Amino acid sequence: MTAPAAPIPRNDLIVCPHCDAAYTLARPGHGERAVCHRCHTVLIMPRRKAGLQIIALSVAIVILITAAAIFPFLSIAVAGAHNSVSILDAALAFSDGPLVVLSLATAALIIFVPLARVLLSLYVLVPIVMDRPPAPQAAQAFRLAEALRPWSMAEIFAIGCAVALVKVSDLADVSFGPAFWMFAILVVLVVVQDNFLCRWSVWNALSKPAKS
Amino acid sequence: MERAEQTREVISARDLGVVACTRCLQVWPQGVQTCARCGHKLVQRDLKSLQRVWALWIIGFMCYIPANIYPMLRTRTLFYVQEDTIVGGAIELMHHGSIGVAAIILIASVVIPLAKFMAIAFLAISVTRPSTVSQNQRQLLYEVVEYIGRWSMIDIFVVAILSSLVQLKVLVAINPGLASLFFALSVIFTMLSAQAFDSRMIWDAQQQGKGQKQE
Repeated sequence: MTAPAAPIPRNDLIVCPHCDAAYTLARPGHGERAVCHRCHTVLIMPRRKAGLQIIALSVAIVILITAAAIFPFLSIAVAGAHNSVSILDAALAFSDGPLVVLSLATAALIIFVPLARVLLSLYVLVPIVMDRPPAPQAAQAFRLAEALRPWSMAEIFAIGCAVALVKVSDLADVSFGPAFWMFAILVVLVVVQDNFLCRWSVWNALSKPAKS
Repeated sequence: MERAEQTREVISARDLGVVACTRCLQVWPQGVQTCARCGHKLVQRDLKSLQRVWALWIIGFMCYIPANIYPMLRTRTLFYVQEDTIVGGAIELMHHGSIGVAAIILIASVVIPLAKFMAIAFLAISVTRPSTVSQNQRQLLYEVVEYIGRWSMIDIFVVAILSSLVQLKVLVAINPGLASLFFALSVIFTMLSAQAFDSRMIWDAQQQGKGQKQE
């Protein structure tokens, strides 16, 4: 059985990706969830109007990331000396010698990966929600967005800020710039956007035109 | 909460003669090589998975050693230059009275990484021999490891914020040390190691009854 012409997918089945348990597919209604009976992984969780909400959140996230990266983030003052930094400055702090690699990685993890994920999911979702055929290469785009998921670390950076603030606060006066608050909102939005997204529904929508 | 149709005995996709795409969940007949929907490679069981897990695990562990030996932060003030390792910095903080922050740092950069190394090693060993820990507990452990892995990066971000913020010319300046690079590498490689693990193997043992991985 080598490379059959066009293998037919078994659309009547669903298999848990974590424990390989197979079930006959029963689509849950809006607000319900399909859960793997054996390992309790959530398989499907459709939500009414989730698509529009995610698109709205994504647009907000793109604006916030751009603004948060540019505006001053934190500023510090001690005995007349003063310094203020943006998130990009923080990401590029490792600037000497071999640490440059780390600078680039940090910038990617806290700004570029979250931004890329949001842009990719917009690219995939907008045509689906507007009932148009999926954008070209939409499957690849969504696949990339999913692969980047563990590497999007905006929320971890936010907690890192809190720790850093406590460390510095006895050394100097710290004050928050506008970007700090934008970033705080951003973190909440990123987490919400991620939890709204039902991956199964997106893949299902992406496969429709080709299969039916 | 609705569950996908319930059968008393859970049947795995392998027994049913189908193979599922782990990325987009599309189910294909056995023998199909690539998922036509998302382009992901289809494998019934990733048999090389354990080798990758161990290779990445070892790299991660090797990076973790210099991460603790070299200084993480280099604080320069008017009067002295101080170099702190991860543990040293936390102890320093404790002396200053910030027990909470010291605890966060110790947990995030010592306890969690070590626990993660042990958890991944345990999971990788447990699928090759009979284990007394139930599948559900091991699945939970795997999910916790996958979720928590990213949080170790917090230490790197703290160093990044501190060393860009505290740059007050002659008064005081904080610079990152070499340990930050190794620590970040260690976190990244353990994340990759956990991702390489094929969690479906945890559940195979149940069906074979003896907890023996075949092939």
